Amino acid sequence: MEFLSQPLTLLTFFPLLGVLALAFIPGERKNLLRWTALVTTLVTFGLSLWVLSMFDASNPSLQLGKPYDWITVAGWNIQYHLGVDGLSILLVLLTAFLTPISILSTWTAVEERVKDFMMFFLLLEVGMMGVFLAQDLFLFYIFWEFTLVPMYFLIGIWGGPRRIYAAVKFFLYTMAGSILMLLAILWLGIYQQTFSVPEMIAKGGIPNGVQFWLFLAFTAAFAIKVPMWPLHSWLPDAHVEAPTAGSVILAGVLLKMGTYGFLRFNIPLFPQAAVQMAPWIALFATIGIIYGAAVSYAQSDVKKLVAYSSVSHLGFVMLGMFALNEQGIEGAILQMINHGLSTGALFLLIGMIYEQTHTREIKVYGGLWKITPIFGTIMLIASLSSMGLPGLNGFVGEFTILLGAFGSQAIGSPWFAGISAAGVIMAAVYILYMFQKMFLGPTGSIVEEVKHHGHALRDLNWREILTVLPLLIFIFWIGLYPKPFFDLMTPTVHNLVAALPLP
Amino acid sequence: MSQYINPSDLTTILPAIVLTVWACALLVADLFIPHERKGWTAVLAALGLAASLGITLTQVGGTSTGFKGMVTLDGFSTFLNAMLLVSGLFGVALAYGYVRRMGLERGEYYTLLLFSVVGMMLMVQASDLIVVFIALELLSIPLYVLAALNARQIESEEAGLKYFLLGSFSTGFLVYGIALIFGATGSTSYSGIMTAASTGTSGLLLTIGAALLLVGFGFKVAVVPFHMWTPDVYQGAPTSVTAFMASGAKIAGFAALLRVFALAFPTLTADLTPIFAALAALTMIVGNLIAVSQTNIKRLLAYSSIAHAGYILMAFVPYGNPQVMPVSVAAGLFYLAAYAVTNFGAWGVVIALEKQGGKGLEVSDYAGLFWKNRPLALAMTVFMLSLIGFPPTIGMVGKFYLFRAVIDGGFIWLAIVGVVTSLISAYYYLRVVVNMFMQEGEPQTGSEFWLNFTWGLTALATVILSFVPQPLFAWASSAVLRLF
Repeated sequence: MEFLSQPLTLLTFFPLLGVLALAFIPGERKNLLRWTALVTTLVTFGLSLWVLSMFDASNPSLQLGKPYDWITVAGWNIQYHLGVDGLSILLVLLTAFLTPISILSTWTAVEERVKDFMMFFLLLEVGMMGVFLAQDLFLFYIFWEFTLVPMYFLIGIWGGPRRIYAAVKFFLYTMAGSILMLLAILWLGIYQQTFSVPEMIAKGGIPNGVQFWLFLAFTAAFAIKVPMWPLHSWLPDAHVEAPTAGSVILAGVLLKMGTYGFLRFNIPLFPQAAVQMAPWIALFATIGIIYGAAVSYAQSDVKKLVAYSSVSHLGFVMLGMFALNEQGIEGAILQMINHGLSTGALFLLIGMIYEQTHTREIKVYGGLWKITPIFGTIMLIASLSSMGLPGLNGFVGEFTILLGAFGSQAIGSPWFAGISAAGVIMAAVYILYMFQKMFLGPTGSIVEEVKHHGHALRDLNWREILTVLPLLIFIFWIGLYPKPFFDLMTPTVHNLVAALPLP
Repeated sequence: MSQYINPSDLTTILPAIVLTVWACALLVADLFIPHERKGWTAVLAALGLAASLGITLTQVGGTSTGFKGMVTLDGFSTFLNAMLLVSGLFGVALAYGYVRRMGLERGEYYTLLLFSVVGMMLMVQASDLIVVFIALELLSIPLYVLAALNARQIESEEAGLKYFLLGSFSTGFLVYGIALIFGATGSTSYSGIMTAASTGTSGLLLTIGAALLLVGFGFKVAVVPFHMWTPDVYQGAPTSVTAFMASGAKIAGFAALLRVFALAFPTLTADLTPIFAALAALTMIVGNLIAVSQTNIKRLLAYSSIAHAGYILMAFVPYGNPQVMPVSVAAGLFYLAAYAVTNFGAWGVVIALEKQGGKGLEVSDYAGLFWKNRPLALAMTVFMLSLIGFPPTIGMVGKFYLFRAVIDGGFIWLAIVGVVTSLISAYYYLRVVVNMFMQEGEPQTGSEFWLNFTWGLTALATVILSFVPQPLFAWASSAVLRLF
């Protein structure tokens, strides 16, 4: 039972205590329920900072956890092994950081079935933490699949009008990828006689031809989650129907599980295949960047616009990662965080205005800046961060990624990076278009309509400002001084790249 | 005693003997139990099952043969006998309140159930085809009667008759198979058949005989294309009977199938392996595809049960490969146990929602269940996830184990069929979940202690065993090792 007192175990399973506490609070005491959930996630965030304080950034290997035998019978060797290294530390922090913010955003947005909402949300946090910390493929698979369940309920119960369709589509789509990964995991387990990822990497020696198939099977699971073009069609539905907090977590963390999967499993477990497939991944990433940007521009629903922009942004992450050099991968990791911050902020802000107007049609808005200046300013910062303005976080990530992709041996051609750079310009087009239509120009029809219903459009209140403020701090911090963030990942990424059989 | 019966003969099948005697006594005792107190019969039946289970557990680790090698006691049989007796206990627990509510309360119910369990146990222990035949009849005939117990309902009557006619037909195949095998080898005992077969005479007759046996067993465990009876019988039979039938008959059928084919026909693996693989694939595909369009929960679970027969059969496909065989059969046994636990829970929930006259059995009747009765809906969600093979449930661990064995045996294509059909199955299992959580409705739920106990316990077991599967794994593995 020693494993129970491990810092990472505490971090992962602490929200379960919150679930237990919520179970004993009567459903009518909504504020108590909200506070309980908020405090639980804040303590979890505190635990993640405690983990950060013990994390040794100069050590490239897995830290703060060790393997415990879990199931060992008849050729099985399954371990309970949580660990953190430079690839996952930032994502762990992001998860712990975004969850309380999401809870805060539901304060007035979720009025029905608060108790169940909070319980599912805390369960979701357990699953996400587990995904980023698990170092045994069986354990990872359990957490990976488990995250689907609470998210499925969050979309399906508290979502918009087409919530059931979106929830089932989300579930089946993701599961379709996962089952192929399951087969690959089983094959690896038989071949390597273990499910432990570090041991598998150390053993290596998977024949080249087989690597290719295993790589594809893992890619099926992760590419759907990212989502990479052309497997993205579940994403807009899920985002549009999900409640705001669900969208924030979906974009902020769940999509990163896909990109993280590539980084943690595909690249180190199948290095030959990763090098061989890099140009293809880069091709699909580039198409995704351009396609996502183009489709974003065509949206009339602002939430859908941001959803499609995720396809484009995560295309950058994939491009940087499969540059398979230090710059590219570091840029990709940082961009995962950036996307979580800026898209998270955008979804929060859209949710805040939606709470007042109950519409997300861009064309009914206009001239909002005059009416709600604070909201307008924050929206502008988040938008500029998302389109990659120098001085804000998005720029640092995208710039590093493009730098890595230009000089990438694995991709082998600067054209992918060149075309992708156009995606940055296209991002400016659709983001500024959205901002202009909603916040500048003549006052939109919605303002009158809201007034008609008896209460004028108000600016953000203190709680809403408090919800997005932490995100803004990091948007500026990473934009102006990204070094501490890069320092956390550099040694691990260095080792990862050094082990690759680059041409 | 004499040259005919030794004490060791009796101890070999002691749990079955105890249960038989108990069932006979219960039949008499029931006459003296007044009609309004038939609950006593259920309690007595449960005591008998518990006594037999106790004896079975003392037999763990022991091995012996009895009646001149016609029955065997080994790790395999104790594992499965324990499972069957627990299934019997769950069967009684589910029936206890249900039969009263539905106006079916009769003492014979429990006696028949006990006799059926005896038949199942003998089937697990049989090592002679004649015993298999007798055991099969002993397990089937009470089930025919039980299926038709609610004779005032035309569906129940139809279920009983259909099950009886098709069951007799399939038994015909089995007997014909036994006759051909006897003709080919001059023996009905597994060891005799194996010895004769390995000398290599009259291979064709033996193969045909084995194929006919497969038809007979395939019928009992509902493997496609011998599954036609399943949906109608499962739907028409009283739900508590269906729950017992779905687990018990499957366990017994698979146990006998495995023992016969592993011990008597190891020489036929080259011919039989592709047939097993094709049947498993066909069963998974057909079962899951047809389940998609079901709107009645009993039919849905019936097709789900067919599909699961395919998954379990998958474990027996690599039975000719001595390296993979123990792991693969252990995976099959583990999955059988996982399925039995989940299955009883799911049927328990069905019983909780069922009303007089076959009402409350549509999937749409589950609308809004979570908001009316949280524990019940959560339990059902756990069962649905377990049937899909989703964490954190034992079904997921079972599938992990099962697919691993199949890949280990070199049947990657079969594993692919398995996971793809699991994906299809997610669609219809999720429909139940969608109804419970995401639709509005006013479902009425029944609440009886033993019913709540059954679905509560199985739901907990389904989740907890997924975190600590080691003991069950170890038991299943050791059960197989002792088989050979």
